[in-house]
Amino acid sequence: MNNIFVYCEVTEEGSIADVSLELLSKGKKLAGDLNVKLEAIVIGSKVPNLESTLYPFGVDVIHYADEERLFPYTTLPHASIILDLFVKEKPEIALFGATSIGRDIAPRVASALRCGLTADCTSLEIGDHFENKSQTEYKNLLYQIRPAFGGNIIATIINPETRPQMATVREGVMKKEIFSNKFKGKLKKIDAKSILKDDDFAVTIIERHMEKSKIDIKNSQVVISGGYGVGSKENFNLLFELADILGAQVGASRAAVDAGFVEHERQVGQTGVTVRPKLYIACGISGAVQHRAGMDQSAQIISINTDIGAPINNIADYTIIGNVADVIPKMIKYYKKNSK
Amino acid sequence: MRFRIIVLAKQVPDTRNVGKDAMKADGTVNRAALPAIFNPEDLHALEQALSIKDKIPYAEVILLTMGPFRAAEIIREAMYRGADRGYLITDRKFAGSDTLATSYALSLAVKKLAPYHLVISGRQAIDGDTAQVGPQTAEKLGIPQITYAEEILSVDAKKIIVKRRLERGVEVVNSTLPAAITVHSSAPVCRQRVAKLLMKYKHARTVTELQNETKDYTELYSDRPYLLIDEWTADDLKAETEMLGLSGSPTKVKKIENVVFQHKDSKVMGSSDKEIDTLMQDLIKSHIVG
Repeated sequence: MNNIFVYCEVTEEGSIADVSLELLSKGKKLAGDLNVKLEAIVIGSKVPNLESTLYPFGVDVIHYADEERLFPYTTLPHASIILDLFVKEKPEIALFGATSIGRDIAPRVASALRCGLTADCTSLEIGDHFENKSQTEYKNLLYQIRPAFGGNIIATIINPETRPQMATVREGVMKKEIFSNKFKGKLKKIDAKSILKDDDFAVTIIERHMEKSKIDIKNSQVVISGGYGVGSKENFNLLFELADILGAQVGASRAAVDAGFVEHERQVGQTGVTVRPKLYIACGISGAVQHRAGMDQSAQIISINTDIGAPINNIADYTIIGNVADVIPKMIKYYKKNSK
Repeated sequence: MRFRIIVLAKQVPDTRNVGKDAMKADGTVNRAALPAIFNPEDLHALEQALSIKDKIPYAEVILLTMGPFRAAEIIREAMYRGADRGYLITDRKFAGSDTLATSYALSLAVKKLAPYHLVISGRQAIDGDTAQVGPQTAEKLGIPQITYAEEILSVDAKKIIVKRRLERGVEVVNSTLPAAITVHSSAPVCRQRVAKLLMKYKHARTVTELQNETKDYTELYSDRPYLLIDEWTADDLKAETEMLGLSGSPTKVKKIENVVFQHKDSKVMGSSDKEIDTLMQDLIKSHIVG
């Protein structure tokens, strides 16, 4: 069987992105299950400390394309280099981060190779499959597990016939784990100049800068809202911290907005935004009708409140009797403990 | 030559409106409770196309969708908002297509509409959230892709300048044409229907829809041939059958689990470490978070 390849993203600072290191950690485990090697692809320009960063994750081979025009990332040159490598090496599995870059390049590569790709996997496992129609047994396939249909179903996807089996995974889903600090692989340089053509540079970057994104609580699967009961701007930071970890957005009741704890754009309710997330966590919100109108269609509701008689508790699936400043840090702690 | 913009759009079940009634008691999806809608980011894509048409008078906007007969609804919707016409790609042979088979069919339809300048679609559809069809169609057409567009800053017959919305920032890129663009939800929302266009196109029908009409449209359609929405089958696209539908789809669904959203009576609990630990485990296990 052929090897597992992980496309490693290079960050603004020139380091390897966390999501890529997480995928290498997962890739190493899958490689162990399949008894194959783990190979990394790095495409960039003068990436520092490449070998010392990647070998501890158990990378057997680093394929490195080093050329000025390869950083910052643009789709076509990176795709050409990956395609050239995949056609030669025929990976069994190829993993990409479900990032702006990974979700841009992976479909392009999969289309050119006519192979299957599953986006935003939340779990990857090795398993067998028996195809009833053709009475064929497939051994050691990659099970690509992901939520679909707006998160209402969990699907297990397989690619029985095509290789590589490709998947993207979001940052933070897999655990970053050092394999061995003593591990040493080898570096193979890719001759980028011989692969790249003028057409690969049809898209050029004029300008790029970091900019805070707009607040978008309406489309978030998880919303963590705070009310007057959160108590202070500082305590709201706890909500942001939990939101960061859960990939959620922070909302607020009108009382919290009026008190100046957060911006007006975050207000949920009749005069604010209406949300229907999979999970709504109401922190220190009593639950006036106007607020409930903006969130009572949420699939699951957790209320954190010191007052057992708060109206919000009537529509909550879980009511935690307690102080926000005490409960949220515990949720963060136990989410971290249980999620990996 | 006209500046031809092709908008790729999909009719999807409204998975965002999953309230408590959208799941049946056995935990399966109650599809009947989910209305079929114009995929939200495809509407953002339509707006980008229409705003180019505002600036370039010789531009035309063509909506292309693949789906069952009823997907013609979104073609009409697009015409009410300013699209010039649309094509429905529909055939049983397309059933079960994954993103690769879908992009193959779409790319054949786009080629049939050549020469074109821009192919614009939403970043992703809310039923699958894969964001793969845009880039895969671009690859099959052999044209550059610009994903996550937030704003088209300028465009002429030869090049386009687009602001992209990335995770941690923005990027402004220049591309040669033709190019494929996928539009992010942070782009401007689509304009509303125009009353004049609603009047003009309210009788627009596909051939299949006309056959099911009780009213006789023969005279109206000979006067106004633009009302006919073309349907394209796999044969019209000269598609290779083995590259369509299930046989053209390398990904297979092995298993589907429904996430059960039954409303239980509210559980009141304390805030001890043990209780919060159990709660987080439950949330993770049921895929509500993580």
